[in-house]
Amino acid sequence: MSIGKKRAITAWCFISVPIIYFILVRFYPTLDAFSISLTDWNIVGKKTYIGFDNFIRLWHDPVFWQVLGNTFEYLLLGVPISLILSFIIAHSLDQVRFGHGFLRACYFIPFLTTAVAMAWVWRWFYQPVPVGMINLVLGQLGIKQLDFLRSTTEALPAVLAPAIWAGLGFQIVIFMAGLRAIPQSYYEAAKIDGAGAFRILREITLPQLRPTIVFLTVISSIGFLRIFDQVYNMTQEGEGGPLNATRPLVLHIYKAAFERFEMGMAAAQTVVLFVILLFITIFQLKVLKND
Amino acid sequence: MRLLIAIFFMLSIVHVAHAVEIDYWQYSYKTRVDAMNELIAAFEVENPDIKVHQTTFPYAQYRTKVAASVGAGEGPDVVQLYYGWLGDYLKAGILKPLSENNFPATEIETDFFPIVHNMKVDSHYYALPTAVRSLGLFWNKKLFREAGLNPDVPPKTLDELTEYAKKLTKYDRAGNIIQVGITVGPIDQDHNWWREVLVRQFGGTPYNADNTKVTYDDEAGLQAFEYYAGLVTNHKVSVVDFMDKGEIAFKAGRAAMHIDGSFALSTFDRARRLEYGVAELPTHEGIKSNFASYWVNGITSKAKGEKREAAEKFLKFITSEKAMQLWLDRVGELPARRTVANHPENLENPKFGPFIRGLDYAHSTEFYSEAEQRRTVVDMLDRVVLSGMSVARSLRIAAEEDQEIIDKARMK
Amino acid sequence: MTKIKAPVSPFRIIVWSLLFIGAVIMMTPIIFMFSASFKYNDEIYELALISSEPTLSNYIYLFENTEFLKWFKNSIFVALASTVSVLFFDSLVGYTLAKFRFRGRKLVFIAILSTLMIPTEMLVIPWYILARDFGLLDSYIGLIFPGIMTGFGVFLMKQFFESVPDDYLDAARIDGLSEFRIFTQIAMPLVTPALSALAIFTFLGNWTAFLWPLIVTSSAELFTIPVGLSSFSGEFQSEWEMIMTGAAVATLPTLLVFLFLQRYIIRGVILGGLKG
Repeated sequence: MSIGKKRAITAWCFISVPIIYFILVRFYPTLDAFSISLTDWNIVGKKTYIGFDNFIRLWHDPVFWQVLGNTFEYLLLGVPISLILSFIIAHSLDQVRFGHGFLRACYFIPFLTTAVAMAWVWRWFYQPVPVGMINLVLGQLGIKQLDFLRSTTEALPAVLAPAIWAGLGFQIVIFMAGLRAIPQSYYEAAKIDGAGAFRILREITLPQLRPTIVFLTVISSIGFLRIFDQVYNMTQEGEGGPLNATRPLVLHIYKAAFERFEMGMAAAQTVVLFVILLFITIFQLKVLKND
Repeated sequence: MRLLIAIFFMLSIVHVAHAVEIDYWQYSYKTRVDAMNELIAAFEVENPDIKVHQTTFPYAQYRTKVAASVGAGEGPDVVQLYYGWLGDYLKAGILKPLSENNFPATEIETDFFPIVHNMKVDSHYYALPTAVRSLGLFWNKKLFREAGLNPDVPPKTLDELTEYAKKLTKYDRAGNIIQVGITVGPIDQDHNWWREVLVRQFGGTPYNADNTKVTYDDEAGLQAFEYYAGLVTNHKVSVVDFMDKGEIAFKAGRAAMHIDGSFALSTFDRARRLEYGVAELPTHEGIKSNFASYWVNGITSKAKGEKREAAEKFLKFITSEKAMQLWLDRVGELPARRTVANHPENLENPKFGPFIRGLDYAHSTEFYSEAEQRRTVVDMLDRVVLSGMSVARSLRIAAEEDQEIIDKARMK
Repeated sequence: MTKIKAPVSPFRIIVWSLLFIGAVIMMTPIIFMFSASFKYNDEIYELALISSEPTLSNYIYLFENTEFLKWFKNSIFVALASTVSVLFFDSLVGYTLAKFRFRGRKLVFIAILSTLMIPTEMLVIPWYILARDFGLLDSYIGLIFPGIMTGFGVFLMKQFFESVPDDYLDAARIDGLSEFRIFTQIAMPLVTPALSALAIFTFLGNWTAFLWPLIVTSSAELFTIPVGLSSFSGEFQSEWEMIMTGAAVATLPTLLVFLFLQRYIIRGVILGGLKG
């Protein structure tokens, strides 16, 4: 037996149990969800096969398009803002020695909290005067108060902020682990060449961080496209209001499944979400890998 | 492991042979859970061959939990549900009708408050309440005093309500409201106040007699909505969802008046510095109206044979007069049977009295989907307040959306 | 990385100050959470950080009137068991996908990655039916099984194993180590920082998981902290001071776990073979 073949057998041995697990616990339920999307099912009664009716109804539903638009807004705002912020913070933290552990802990601790409790605090910060902290500060600075959650345009960013806030610590830690994995010798060589800080960043740090950046881009895109907790906990009665301004796709799915018991409809939206996510992920892996 | 499972299985069979076990589900709320435990203990003394097991779940996810488990053929035998969910539950086939033997329709119709009619579908009753709730006007006596109003006299009419609210609203130098005259929160109880009280007081009806058509899209509905939206847009005596929820603002002493259900009494009693009174809802042109809601107990399609019999016995017990008095004393919710409610001691109670009196002229919306129909009212007000749409146009859109929800539900 | 001694430049002071301001902003909501847990119900809406009458009554209520300690125990057990399992299996799969060339490798990777794209909200119903069929409802195994391996962890570990030089592994092969031992004794120690990170994320993910524990458990004995805490949210009002208190208590152990593992991240880097 060739070495290659032997190693391939080893590889399949290693991943056989996980593959069975993934098939049973992930793929099978996923396919199940897909098959439900072609039916009319209220969770309890019989499933009636209705072909692509659910998808056709979605296509003609203006609220669905608004929800889809919101979902992309979360993605397009959330991913760049959080990645740039976390890279800058991780990079700066990496060069700081005084109080390093303390600072890093401060940035990470929000990640330890539960969305339910923190959403309440954020909701409180966003209130108008006399109780909202942010508006009180704005008032002190002589700036007109913002409506935040009670505005159709400001509500989405207001809900996004705590999502970025809570996930930042995660991204920073991953970036720092990536930064630390870059061999010191590369920097020393660059120093000897007399390269400036910006050139080191562009020619060593960023290229070396490529696997980390790929990972974070993919993971945070998936995260923002699947945003739910913050919206559910920060808008009145978890409705994603006002006037659907903050409602993302997963909340829409949740409402269809567990409030209206329209499982077929919920499953159809899941298929849409799945296709979007798969497309974006493969696209990102392709673009970011081959340069 | 397998052996253990087998032993456990056999043990449970042996156990079943001794007593019928039934599962009861409701949402977690301390006083309700404690009261139910008390009722179960009393029931088990009367029926030693039946064991009732109570399980509770967080309110916000209660429906999710019921749907998921009943969908998989698991779940409770007797389940508590909000009356407005009945349509959804029937559509999903979760409930089976109560037997005429144990729950004769004529008796229900003479003994219970008329709002219970909503539980009758195709001449079968599907569920019955232990307790009911109605709306009342809460006012903060201290803020009344500060504004130079008599702290013991709440507004009696809608016009007075506006006048009082104007005197009770406070603004900062920039013109922001820092104390509202009356809370406005359509997502809480106001959507009920608007639909069943204001619309009727301005001479309209929310829906037609067989509840298939929206009828508030007329002059009366327009006036009712103008009155409601006017509190925010015209008179500037309120802000929508001020301090997040009206109940919070009222508790914190930053709202002078607040419309809420009898269930709010216990919360306000716990607030340490709140001195409040409660009255029947203000009238308009002599018309009184109120909104009543309730949680009902129904028997699921899972309960069969002897479990079903036991479940009916249990349901009969927890909707008896004795159970209702206990529920009023422990939980503070109003009895669903007239005889208990109209007991002089209950009727003259300064806190429960106004709510019980309101029950006599109360209406309950027959929701097709409570959450969705509530949303039409929330959005109706938001379109006016946030997007500056005209009251008439927003009302028309809301009526269309509402009608669509009704039509969709009736098609099934 | 750049640990070269340099005189403290004004630029560094500015960087440090900005980081410090950022850290304060990050911590503000959490400070308010802790502050709310020491307030009475009607005061938690006030802005004052320290109440005029601070109280421990919320904490006393939490421990005396709820099953908090039981929820706590359940959460610890579920989170630890899932973490151990995820650390082993995900790194095994990640390692295999990164370091072995075999047919179907790309497909397996994309397939596992695609499992991240289905929202849990949609999977809970099939899982529930699965759990019922295997008799796992309302049990610890039922709580744990959807999370004993994650696509996320496989992805993370694959990315990190890719930066492990092949030479190290080949050297071990020449020494005659079995493939499994190469994985546990050579490869795993090289990615300690990533493992610690994965441990933290998995632990936290399970610690704060809500929907599935809610669906699969029926008896209060099996509730985890998030499920238990949400019972303070009622039909028309929420006992926010209790939710804050519970959240404050629930945050402390994760904080300790983090501070403990944070050291390992650093030590992993120093002792690991990646310094080149």
